[in-house]
Amino acid sequence: MSNSRILEISVGIFVAAGIAALLVLAVNVSNVGGFSSGKQYTITANFDNISGLKRRSSVAIAGVNVGRVINISVDPVTFEAVVEMTLDSSFNEVPVDSSAGIYTAGLLGEKYIGIEPGGAPDFLEDGSVIRLTQSSIVLEKLISQFLFSQSDREEK
Amino acid sequence: MFDWFAQLGKNTIEFYARLGREVLLFIQTLLAIVPLFLRPGLILQQLYSVGVRSMLIIIVSGFFVGMVLGLQGYNTLVDFGAEESLGVIVALSLVRELGPVVTALLFAGRAGSALTAEIGLMKATEQLSGLEMMAVNPVNRILAPRLLAGIISMPLLAALFSAVGIFGGYLVGVDLLGVDEGSYWSQMQEKVDFDQDIVNGVIKSFVFGIVTTWIAVYEGYSCIPTSEGVSRATTRTVVYSALVVLGLDFLLTALMLE
Repeated sequence: MSNSRILEISVGIFVAAGIAALLVLAVNVSNVGGFSSGKQYTITANFDNISGLKRRSSVAIAGVNVGRVINISVDPVTFEAVVEMTLDSSFNEVPVDSSAGIYTAGLLGEKYIGIEPGGAPDFLEDGSVIRLTQSSIVLEKLISQFLFSQSDREEK
Repeated sequence: MFDWFAQLGKNTIEFYARLGREVLLFIQTLLAIVPLFLRPGLILQQLYSVGVRSMLIIIVSGFFVGMVLGLQGYNTLVDFGAEESLGVIVALSLVRELGPVVTALLFAGRAGSALTAEIGLMKATEQLSGLEMMAVNPVNRILAPRLLAGIISMPLLAALFSAVGIFGGYLVGVDLLGVDEGSYWSQMQEKVDFDQDIVNGVIKSFVFGIVTTWIAVYEGYSCIPTSEGVSRATTRTVVYSALVVLGLDFLLTALMLE
């Protein structure tokens, strides 16, 4: 085999290995080809309190990931948190009277939005607003409520 | 008194003159890359000496860095009962930071120093002047193919480093320490984002490729053509590359993480 042939083959192996490594990183390590590639539609929901929810948090129906939170802002009039999220358009038959709640995955896990489907005949579409919402549970409030109820009981 | 001002002025002018020469040469080299595609043989040869020959050190170091990450991450995470997140830690630290940075440092030491010494020696033995005598522009013939080869090689090497490192972390974490195989991969896939993490890592390694190769090529081209000058230029290549890569890494990370 001539010298330049060996050179060509080794460079070919190098480039192929590099590109293969990139592909492995893209397909096997990251979540490419998930929801980001397909068609999506955007809906919004207003919450009293979203503490801990972040952009890119997941949106789930029955615990299955169906979309992502893309933007969080505050309504300047009602002071509610406005959460915009995209859902994968294969889930385009979510009833309009579905409710959205902010839950925690596990005791210390990340916050996510869980959508509980309702029973209305109409479906959510691009730009719809979810009316029924349940805010994030703030642990400090829960503890203080518990403590107050304990002290009330002792006084009686 | 005036001597002091004169010295200051002289230094400033020299600094900007050097900077200007460097930028002009850089633009000239970049422009010379375009006609290079008509002669792929030149690129091929440089890809071999810059890329292929760096492959072994990159793969071996990536493997060991991944294994160390697996060990260290496991020992920390197991205290919190969160050893299933090992895959996330290994993958994110490799893809975002260690892959591009360590590869660039190794690349500067392995390929950059060789480039500087080669070009410096060409200058010291008056091969560059010889080329000019034959009406061959050394920028087109010597600098441009090397710069292009460096720019192509770095992202590929960094991707290899990260992929091998993740595999090394997998071997230590799953096979040796008993982390669940499914959660190693599934948590990694859930938390590592393509746009946010992988693409940013590739951008970083691309920038580092330009910077380290350019420093190596320029130091060689502008060195004092003596044996001492070549040795100094080689040292400067490694030192400057390391400093610039680490500094740029902070800047790029700060820009990428909003």
